[in-house]
Amino acid sequence: MAQGRVLVIGGGLAGLAATMRLAELGVGVDLVSLVPVKRSHSVCAQGGINSVNALTRQQGDDEWKHFDDTVYGGDFLQHQPPVKEMAEWGPRIIDLMDRLGVPFNRTPEGFRDQRRFGGTLFKRTAFAGATTGQQLLYALDEQVRRYEAEGRVKKWEFWDFVQPVLDAGGRCRGAICQDLVSMQFRAFPADAVVLASGGCGLVFGRSTMSMVCTGSAVSRAYQAGAAYGNGEFIQVHPTAIPGADKLRLMSESARGEGGRVWVPRRPQDGRDPREIPEAERYYFLEERYPKYGNLVPRDIATREIFDICTHDGLSVEKGRLCVYLDLTHLPREMLDRKLGGILEIYEKFQGVDPRVVPMKIFPAVHYSMGGLWVDYERSVDGGMEEGSVRNHQTSIPGLYAIGECDYQYHGANRLGANSLLSCIFSGLFVAPSLAAVAGAGKGGGTDESRLFAAALRGQEERHEEFLSRRGGGENPYAIHQELGSLMTRVATVVRRNEQLTAAYGEVCTLEERWRRCSLSDTGNWTNQNVAFTKSLGDMFPIAKLILKGALLRDECRGAHYKPAFAMPGISATDPEAKRREAEEWCDRFEQNTRKWLKSTVARHGPDGHPQIAYEDVDTSLIPPRPRLYGLVGGDVIEEVWKERTQQGATAVGAGA
Amino acid sequence: MIRAVGDGVVESREGEAAHGDGAAVQPRTIHVRVLRQDAPGGESYWERHAVPYEPNMNVISVLQKIAERARAEDGRRVAPVAWDCSCLEEVCGSCTMLVNGRTRMACSALVDRLLEENPGEIELRPMSKFPVVRDLKVDRGRLFRALERVKAWVPVDGSYDHGPGPRISPEEQEDAYPLSTCMSCGCCLEACPQYTRIEVMRHEDESEEDFENRRKAAYDRGFLGAHAVSQAVLFNGHPTGKMIADERLSALTRAGGIQMCGNAQNCVSVCPKHIPLTRSIARAGRAATVWAIKKLFDR
Repeated sequence: MAQGRVLVIGGGLAGLAATMRLAELGVGVDLVSLVPVKRSHSVCAQGGINSVNALTRQQGDDEWKHFDDTVYGGDFLQHQPPVKEMAEWGPRIIDLMDRLGVPFNRTPEGFRDQRRFGGTLFKRTAFAGATTGQQLLYALDEQVRRYEAEGRVKKWEFWDFVQPVLDAGGRCRGAICQDLVSMQFRAFPADAVVLASGGCGLVFGRSTMSMVCTGSAVSRAYQAGAAYGNGEFIQVHPTAIPGADKLRLMSESARGEGGRVWVPRRPQDGRDPREIPEAERYYFLEERYPKYGNLVPRDIATREIFDICTHDGLSVEKGRLCVYLDLTHLPREMLDRKLGGILEIYEKFQGVDPRVVPMKIFPAVHYSMGGLWVDYERSVDGGMEEGSVRNHQTSIPGLYAIGECDYQYHGANRLGANSLLSCIFSGLFVAPSLAAVAGAGKGGGTDESRLFAAALRGQEERHEEFLSRRGGGENPYAIHQELGSLMTRVATVVRRNEQLTAAYGEVCTLEERWRRCSLSDTGNWTNQNVAFTKSLGDMFPIAKLILKGALLRDECRGAHYKPAFAMPGISATDPEAKRREAEEWCDRFEQNTRKWLKSTVARHGPDGHPQIAYEDVDTSLIPPRPRLYGLVGGDVIEEVWKERTQQGATAVGAGA
Repeated sequence: MIRAVGDGVVESREGEAAHGDGAAVQPRTIHVRVLRQDAPGGESYWERHAVPYEPNMNVISVLQKIAERARAEDGRRVAPVAWDCSCLEEVCGSCTMLVNGRTRMACSALVDRLLEENPGEIELRPMSKFPVVRDLKVDRGRLFRALERVKAWVPVDGSYDHGPGPRISPEEQEDAYPLSTCMSCGCCLEACPQYTRIEVMRHEDESEEDFENRRKAAYDRGFLGAHAVSQAVLFNGHPTGKMIADERLSALTRAGGIQMCGNAQNCVSVCPKHIPLTRSIARAGRAATVWAIKKLFDR
């Protein structure tokens, strides 16, 4: 018995998980996607999906440790109850995906195999070859197709979400979407709308993200009044393959299997890398981090690779920044068996065999930790209250957000193999909340038809205005390239206030120029030119909130790094002086926590500029502590910190 | 201290020396011939474009340049060429087209290689087995409909917790995994002599629903295609999936079923993921025969 109707925007892991569960709960679903849902960006995920499992449990692991690793990795910037809930759901989610037929790699005895990923000591990551995201997405796509065949789900593929429709009371009553083939607009009344539209990689021009990751759906919700959280937290992955059209991911597992990162000691040494003797190679990660070598955490590896190229001037090439990721010393048979999939990507796109010639790689924008601000209801046990209509609701009642496009779960830095989990989890978990809203049935009435008619007319007029625009002469594709270069230059690995301030002005100028864009296609059939131009316009509000958030946040936290506010390690060698420095370090850490352990919450101002406020983070379950991985003198700081927390004894709730 | 200079993290616009195999003399301009069509049912026409050569380009970056220029080679202002793409790393299945006459993914079609094959120009055409929506963009809805016909899913009870899935040996996993990497690109269908184009146009006063039903019925009379046969084999090999094996075999033996395969074996040679499609077809054929005989005796 279908009860009510929910509109899902986006058919990646989160959108499909929500759709599947809603259909199961008897709620009718309209599923809108820019591409056939099977082609969503989730297919690009390679490594795997994290959860506590039978094996790690016997080695001392549990859900609390997964929860702890996630908040420690995220530098404590995420609300803890949702993360706790997610970690607890992990084992059930892997079991479910296993039942849906995901071909997870197996042990000789036929159990699911697991591998180790960054930020943990346990082998928590289940994987299906090197295409785990693709395999998980297909399993959910298949279940949704099954419900589609039963008439419980209606897909709208090649459709674009253009605006949420709000009633006089500010409640979301549905949305207007546009068919990107016929260019016709249509009203979708719904009891609830849930955005599952992914990240905003295209704001940075080229990234590891797909061409559909424009961030436009989220931007349109933001411009309609939804708050945006932690926008400045953008993950830059250390190893990607630079390309003219896209920066393709080269999985961390290449280094996990023994890959070494190096540059020639002589700047822009023109020789074939294979001819350069060992002594003339600089294995900078191994030299600077003897303990962790090439497997330092993502943010550190990214900053070091960036530094060696920009500051030390040791980029392999002159005109393009890159370093070598070398696998050529490893046996070919092993490489084919363990890394076949990702090596094929390199070979196919670079035309060079990475088993023979070192790969050239460089960091690339990879994931948005930030996204639409969403609410949750805390349960008595410190998790999330299942079925509460507050869970994953944006600041607009009736409008929800899940997956990469919300700001929950990952704080200031995401751990590898946690994104697939958060996407599927938020999709499954939000469904009963949406069903509760749908069951209450607030829709209908003549007011509603008038509301939608007005919204439709507004969009049609705007569209007509784009098509009939003459003159101007600005080229949207060229403006996009400029925006991407600018954002990449100032708002990725290293951030400086003077650059951020200047860039904000430049983005405003680009936005002005965008208003003068001339379309090269003024027709009204499959007009990709107008669709692109509109989504480009929606990148500016997002770019501005990223820049503004980064500018105001005068600290270093996770992926957000400002050298002017860095807290270097201990420089003294004398034990007493070391101790003193560690005390000072801890004082500064406490001050900084008080000042900056807050989520950035941006709202779109009437003047088009973001209005920034800050929200306290719920850290009631695990008290914040210094993130000391790889820091010089970290052992002394840790000692001092331990003494302080024991004395203070303010830490509560850190049970299990 | 880290200092950001120039275009930081990812710029690769400036000339990259072609590494690896000794590159031949590079042209300054790439000439591209595109078979365009403005709308379904319209006339198709050739249009020539010229874009400046850059190292490491693929067909996607050529099409991006064409969109940016919006001028044909003769300087005429033209609308950008329409095409589908998304992941650009050959895993989403969007950008299938005929590049120099061969069905393949545009993202992994590297310009340097194409120019080695054919120094004069690059020729781009839409897939011929699917209705053209516009230019290089085609409607592959029939391909997904075929997955529905063969019930390409595991018929689980639901998403509530029932513990883990069935135990599966590494051999079984290694057998299933390649089949599960099918990205629904349609290369195998384009190359198949038995897979013929079905294009259904909407009548003027036909409702959306009536049109969709009529189109579905037309699709269902046509050949399923190698991709769907292979998915049926994948799910009939899964311990839970095989619980509805008979329903899939029934779909495989109806009109448009596996009997239509003419064994040309083109499918397997064009599959970008090297999926053993002919092995799947052979397995499905044997299973279908056994099933048909069994059905005869069960009467």
